[in-house]
Amino acid sequence: MNKSFDININSLPGPQDIHRKSLPNGITILHRENFQSPSVVISGLLSAGSLFDPMDKLGLAYFTSMALMRGTESMDFQTLYNRLESVGASLGFAASVHNTNLGGKALAEDLPLLISTLADCLLHPIFPETYVARLKAQIISGLTIRAQDTGEMSALSFDRILFGDHPYARPEDGFIETVQGITRNNLVDFHRSHYGPDNLVIVVVGAVKAEDVFNLVEKELGAWKNPQMAHAPALPAIERLHETVREHVEIPGKSQTNLVMGTLGPRRNAPDYLSATLGNNILGQFGMMGRIGDAVREKAGLAYYASTSLNAWIESGSWEVSAGVNPVNLEKAIQLILQELRRFTREPVSQSELEDGQANFIGRLPLSLESNSGVANSILNLERFNLGLDYLQKYPERVMQITPEEILRTAQAYIDPEKLVIVSAGTESHSENG
Amino acid sequence: MDQMTEVMLENGMKVHLKEIHTAPIISHWVWYRVGSRYETPGKTGISHWVEHMQFKGTPLFPAGILDRAISRDGGVWNAFTYMDWTTFFETMPASKIDLALKLESDRMVNSRYDPEEVASERTVVISEREGSENEPLFRLEEAVESAAFETHPYRNEVIGSIADLNAIQRDDLYNHYRKYYNPSNAVLAIAGDFDTSSILERIRAVYGKLVGSPMAALELPSEPSLSSEKHIEVHGPGETTFLTLVYRAPAASDPAFFVMSVLDSLLTGPSSLNMVGGGGISNKTSRLYRALIEKELAISVSGGLQATHDPYLYSITITGRPDIEPEKVFARIDEEIGRLQDTKVTQEEIDRAVKQARALFAYGSENITNQGFWLGYTEMFDTYTWFSEYVKRLQAVTPEMVQQAAQTILNRAARVRGIYLPEGAES
Repeated sequence: MNKSFDININSLPGPQDIHRKSLPNGITILHRENFQSPSVVISGLLSAGSLFDPMDKLGLAYFTSMALMRGTESMDFQTLYNRLESVGASLGFAASVHNTNLGGKALAEDLPLLISTLADCLLHPIFPETYVARLKAQIISGLTIRAQDTGEMSALSFDRILFGDHPYARPEDGFIETVQGITRNNLVDFHRSHYGPDNLVIVVVGAVKAEDVFNLVEKELGAWKNPQMAHAPALPAIERLHETVREHVEIPGKSQTNLVMGTLGPRRNAPDYLSATLGNNILGQFGMMGRIGDAVREKAGLAYYASTSLNAWIESGSWEVSAGVNPVNLEKAIQLILQELRRFTREPVSQSELEDGQANFIGRLPLSLESNSGVANSILNLERFNLGLDYLQKYPERVMQITPEEILRTAQAYIDPEKLVIVSAGTESHSENG
Repeated sequence: MDQMTEVMLENGMKVHLKEIHTAPIISHWVWYRVGSRYETPGKTGISHWVEHMQFKGTPLFPAGILDRAISRDGGVWNAFTYMDWTTFFETMPASKIDLALKLESDRMVNSRYDPEEVASERTVVISEREGSENEPLFRLEEAVESAAFETHPYRNEVIGSIADLNAIQRDDLYNHYRKYYNPSNAVLAIAGDFDTSSILERIRAVYGKLVGSPMAALELPSEPSLSSEKHIEVHGPGETTFLTLVYRAPAASDPAFFVMSVLDSLLTGPSSLNMVGGGGISNKTSRLYRALIEKELAISVSGGLQATHDPYLYSITITGRPDIEPEKVFARIDEEIGRLQDTKVTQEEIDRAVKQARALFAYGSENITNQGFWLGYTEMFDTYTWFSEYVKRLQAVTPEMVQQAAQTILNRAARVRGIYLPEGAES
């Protein structure tokens, strides 16, 4: 049956209304206007990710990104934030593995202020000693709180086991010991060798004209050059699991145990990415968290949440199931999830499940694109993963081409239910493992 | 301009409509005046559990059917239970909105409350509570709230106590549902891409036929003000100390609420009142950030002011530094509050808070779901003018009013002081 979809393709962001301009120094600017609300959003990235972190200074890229706004050659910390906060604007930076991401928003009338502050933080941060020390205490406090967070600690161990020697295995914000060792000089050096206009992408969406955006960015960042920029190192290969690895992170005094189980998933650009996301939707997202939500929450009443996620990056990804359960129900939940994973990799999803998923993927497009930040993030992904400006418009057609057999092949290519990483974090139950 | 309409159906259900044609989307919200404020001892958490049961199906839409139908159409739906209200929303492609009208009008009266579903949902709700218990700030909040009120149900957590969640039975849930879920206790709010007269016709067809049973507004005995400073200590796992100060805050409909909103903005930074989307802005130039974080007395500070039916709480919450005694932090906060009590703020500071509020509302208005939220939410403690006049009412706040609010509301002798002491750091 050739199902049509009830969506106006031309209302989606596409080549007809996304404006793109490359500056000679390597900066790419993308823009889409929206005059429905008097605000404007910026979103972007540059290639100063945590993959550059030395092993004994894990957290350096993240620390540097946080420190950019602690003072510049022309503005101290309070002056800088006073400019932004006085007009209700916001701006922030945060490193991930491949990139340092930037984001901000303002009333449209304040976009020039936002862009000039952005440029000042990128080009002229001075990393004042007192603010570096203060920020270090804040980051370490965050890491101390993280050590008590069952969700974060299970995720941390999961990534460590799954990704081995690859930077995906390591937390962007580092560890207490590695952050302790980071000095002001490390930040200055990191900024000098990894911040530059090459590969800088800036997306602006909101109540502003393309020409004005291009002129503003060119004026503030067009002359930026950094000949000293380091190239990304070659990264170690990511190996598949040979057997199931089970780990428990004991955190005393917790009512709930967080469970993460899963394996490697496709990279964002992989040809089977779309069939994996549709399969993932059926497995643990659709409606009330898909098949896994139905088994673990709806039928067994074991958890408030039990769902799956697919995280796809440049070189690889992860395919995860996570749930929060009472410690006495942990093994039961693991077994229920395993059952669902076995079924998912043994038999194709039904035609009606697939049609549900397809309708959901296409139908939710307008909703995911209603806010400026939703549009800006979508456009940034098109650019970052080279998906093409017409990606969103071709998306419905591509979604409709996926078949149950393709989803099964994809599921089998990635998920082996007998070779998983299974991590729990919480307070071990006394009534089991006696 | 967006077209606004307000209608009262014969069965007592108030309807708010706002036509917005920026995207082919409609957001549909039903609000009920029920939440922890309406709960009696032994039944805490019942309103929230009823909200869960509302997803378990009716004869017309059995469990699972709804989820599937909404998701297939690319919609999102969810529900929230709070102190003063319970709300259910669907945001859908405009052409599919009839499903929301049908299902919400149906489950307003026809939910089944199957005993097996009640049993399995009991453990789900307990699991939700256990997830919260993992958080030190939840434990601290729970202890401080129950100390801040003697009798008012605001002293209980919306999720309920474990003892009550174990004791509540199917008929308790069903009776609570039948009592509060009826058109005369509900407000319908719809925002988005529709034509007012045709949607009104559909509203009358599906909701108009339901029978309302008028309810007297629940008046609770007024809670005496705190007569001293209470000290609460919570011990739990971890290595981080958290501190909090709570004061009785004005009800949302009280003109003093807007003054308090400005005061909060100056002290701890502007808070976004948007429920869905919009995001917030940082608070690094606020008085307490400068006094505490810039002086290396604390790691972070935030303020909490919520729009409620009855006077609730204004809270200041701090993440402590391991090398600083809590007493020192409290003393520094008192010094800053003393400054607000003794010296008038400048008009410029108030203007700044107004501009921040204007920006936060602009961010929130990009999103149809948030527009629908505001239409109904304000009815739970005031009327929609509360929202439409919000910025104007902030503009009317004067330095004298801020000073007076600091003196009367942020009263040191009438507050609860809470400390979460990590066991990991004690030994």
